[in-house]
Amino acid sequence: MKDNYVIVAEGLTKRFGEFTATDHITFNVKEGEIFGFLGANGAGKTTAMRMLCGLSIPSEGRAQVAGYDVATESEQVKRNIGYMSQKFSLYNDLSISENLKLFGGIYGMGRKQIKEKTHTLLTELDLIKEKDTLVKLLPLGWKQKLAFSLAIFHEPKIVFLDEPTGGVDPITRRQFWELIYKAADNGITVFVTTHYMDEAEYCDRVSIMVDGQIKALDTPNALKAQFRANSLYDVFLSLARTATRSDS
Amino acid sequence: MALKYLIEKEFKQMMRNKILPIIFLILPIAIINVIPRIATQEIKNLKFSVVDNDHSPLSQRLVLKITASMYFNLVGVFPSYEKALATIESCEADIIVEIEPDFEKNLVTTGTANVFIAGNAVNGMKGAMGTSYLVQIIADYAAQLRDEEGLNGTQTLVAGYNVAPRFLYNSTLDYKLYMIPALMAMLLVLLVAFLPALNIVGEKEKGTIEQINVTPVGRTEFILSKLIPYAAVGIFLLSFAMLLSKAIHGFVPAGSIGAIYVFAIAFCLVVASLGLIISNYSNTTQQAALTMFFFIMIFMLMSGLLTPVASMPQWAQTLTLINPMRYFMETMRTLYLKDAGLGELLPQLWRLCLMATVLWVWAIVSYRKKS
Amino acid sequence: MKQFQIFVQKEFKHIARDTRTMMILVVMPVILMVLFGFALTTEVKNSRLAICDMAKDEITGKIHDRFAGNRYFTLTAECSSVEQVYEAFRKGEIDIALVIGSEFSQELGHTGAGSIQLLIDGSEPNQASTRAGYAQQILMGFAQEMAEKNGRSIPYNIVSTTRMLYNPQLKSEYNFVPGVMGMILLLICAMMTSIAIVKEKETGTMEVLLASPLPPFVIIMAKLVPYFAISCVNLTTILLLGHYLLGLPFAGSMPVFLGLSLLYILVSLALGLLISTLVSNQLAAMIISLLLIIPTIYFSGMAFPIESMPTVFQRVSTVIPARWYVSAVRKLMIQGVAVKYVIQETAILSIMALVLITLSLSTFKKRL
Repeated sequence: MKDNYVIVAEGLTKRFGEFTATDHITFNVKEGEIFGFLGANGAGKTTAMRMLCGLSIPSEGRAQVAGYDVATESEQVKRNIGYMSQKFSLYNDLSISENLKLFGGIYGMGRKQIKEKTHTLLTELDLIKEKDTLVKLLPLGWKQKLAFSLAIFHEPKIVFLDEPTGGVDPITRRQFWELIYKAADNGITVFVTTHYMDEAEYCDRVSIMVDGQIKALDTPNALKAQFRANSLYDVFLSLARTATRSDS
Repeated sequence: MALKYLIEKEFKQMMRNKILPIIFLILPIAIINVIPRIATQEIKNLKFSVVDNDHSPLSQRLVLKITASMYFNLVGVFPSYEKALATIESCEADIIVEIEPDFEKNLVTTGTANVFIAGNAVNGMKGAMGTSYLVQIIADYAAQLRDEEGLNGTQTLVAGYNVAPRFLYNSTLDYKLYMIPALMAMLLVLLVAFLPALNIVGEKEKGTIEQINVTPVGRTEFILSKLIPYAAVGIFLLSFAMLLSKAIHGFVPAGSIGAIYVFAIAFCLVVASLGLIISNYSNTTQQAALTMFFFIMIFMLMSGLLTPVASMPQWAQTLTLINPMRYFMETMRTLYLKDAGLGELLPQLWRLCLMATVLWVWAIVSYRKKS
Repeated sequence: MKQFQIFVQKEFKHIARDTRTMMILVVMPVILMVLFGFALTTEVKNSRLAICDMAKDEITGKIHDRFAGNRYFTLTAECSSVEQVYEAFRKGEIDIALVIGSEFSQELGHTGAGSIQLLIDGSEPNQASTRAGYAQQILMGFAQEMAEKNGRSIPYNIVSTTRMLYNPQLKSEYNFVPGVMGMILLLICAMMTSIAIVKEKETGTMEVLLASPLPPFVIIMAKLVPYFAISCVNLTTILLLGHYLLGLPFAGSMPVFLGLSLLYILVSLALGLLISTLVSNQLAAMIISLLLIIPTIYFSGMAFPIESMPTVFQRVSTVIPARWYVSAVRKLMIQGVAVKYVIQETAILSIMALVLITLSLSTFKKRL
């Protein structure tokens, strides 16, 4: 049943001049799934994700997110997704609650609804005391939790997370993944890029991108079996070795 | 609906900035209090050197008469033109007055004597105004001598009629009154154009724009949320400046205040939209700032702020037709000095409104949510 | 030295890659020179005149023709009532109006004095008084002719011969160009430099640079070099255009002029550096640079003579570097005076350069 798929990508391609960042990728993501999108730096993960979010127009191929075409119906797509970018991108000069209020307002939530939701959310995150603290004063780990909470504040169908745990300690990463699981339990599909292989193990299914193409896609265990490896790390290494594009 | 949240956010950010609120208060005070006192093209305190080749009572009286005038200060009396010229070269003096030998004798016997005036005209206007004041003083002196000799006044001799000029709207010819409304326009363009120009590009540099672009917020809404706060800032600045002008200089508009606000809103929308367009097309703050500076400088120069539009050659006057600042400068001066209202200024108004519409649409179209 | 070169190359690449900024920096002086040379002038031209002649007889007809034929005035309206005249003033259609009452000639015949009203839009005082002067001259000339016809002549006549030194055609560009130079150089050196340095602070790349084995001083110098180079390009553009396009004389010593310009560039760069050490974000750097540029326009004497300002502000103007630079440029470029006359300006700019460089370097070190 195609209906079960919330993300459908067919031959999705993005070129910047001569350079093909994402090269004909085809994959589906099921509703409620945690989908890991792996790849070395420069493999084309972020470009692919930006196309799926309606931020970047595909040069070729097509993709549907939540049943809408990303190229022609990007505004409808945006209504149904949440996004957390690689670079922290909340307003540093607004407080936690002001950021939540702004984005809640953008998605058409009422003032009362925003207030209640802010309260429950911040209580859960144990950030209620910091409600009026300017975001720039928060430690990085808290900022990332906040950015994630904000991405799912309006209860989207799908949330896109671009390397959400870059630069934080293992304990915070662990806590972050608990938040992801919780979101998935609530029925939100999670599309996450990462290059931490231990994180990839938490995913229902992972794809591995090399040089703009998807070289492997399956559940972590199936991939390990397929590549006769002990860990996803080894799977990743054996694929990454074939890469011709380098980061530097 | 999202609009009000977006606007709220812009205001919070503006007020939380360390220097913006201070600038909003200090800049109007500086511009309305200080600049009118210094931005005067009135010619005063001209320094003159004298070469008196006659040393007669009549020539000395002439020097005293010039010195007594409010426009001139005597630098010194020099024995030769060369010595006096040195004071011009060093910029100690602006004008030389040379009185011919036998000045008194010629005046009494032939009825005509000569005075030679040389002015430093690097600043052409200063040179011209300065020498014309001097010529006037010398003519007055001649008339005074005729009076003393009982040769009647010039009035009936020369003039068959009375031609005293009457200066309308600025009867005391006070330069400040001409500059203040123009400076209000400058204040608006500085802040209402610059801040939006730095705004969107700033969000691009910080990355926050990405988080907005991934939401369903409309382009029109987004651009409006940037325009409205700056238009509001513009209206605040204008009101503050108008109050300052009243408090400091006792200067209030002779024309319609309502018309001033109508024009100010239209003008703010024009320049803020332009700022946003530049911001949309820029990748770095530096680029946006320089581009905006470039536009503002040309706007100001071609607006009549420093030199009159009417004195420009035809091609330049035609160019000013697409300069929003020209219309706003003109209307501010008209509405402050003359008892005019919207009725007299309709051509300027519809042009500004047309520009506002075009630029507003352009700002929306040039804002790209995707690449 | 090798490393310094590498750093300078990096800075040049940054700037060269931003073609729009480069374009503006190179084209701006050209546009300003053309505008100041050909479009902007304080001369009184195109005085729009309305005549409201309610007498319409032989004498007023002659007066009418005098004005209509004069090149200073453009007859734009014939009004039949004073109300119409005022309306034209309010709409900004005319600058000056001549109103002749219906009993003009009878008055002239009976009392020897008829009255003509000269109404002038006084909004801009200099233009207004100049226009009044022109109109009076025409009327007086006419009156004098009438008097001479009646066989009278004037005793005690002092003839004033005037001569305009350095700028006989009273071109306003002679006054503006030195001002433009002071403004452009400050803009590039202070605003562009401070934003460029603060940007590296904001993005954190400055820390990376400072962690390199090069002394911080060298890194900062490397950032300044490209802007110094652009300033020199602009200086050359202005000089060439000024000479060949606008026909400015350049009568004075060229080496001294160039030396002074380099000194001024140095002062401006030091100002830019000082700003960048004091603020932490680009918006602030930009606003402070703007606050430097405004006084430069007003206090340099380019449009508003310094000696007409109140004494307090004349004193304030002495701390503005552009004031001294513009004054020296005028003397050297336009007046062509001997070098000894610019010693004061040179000395003051040197002291300013010294103070600013010391100040900016010491704050720069402290903030590390």
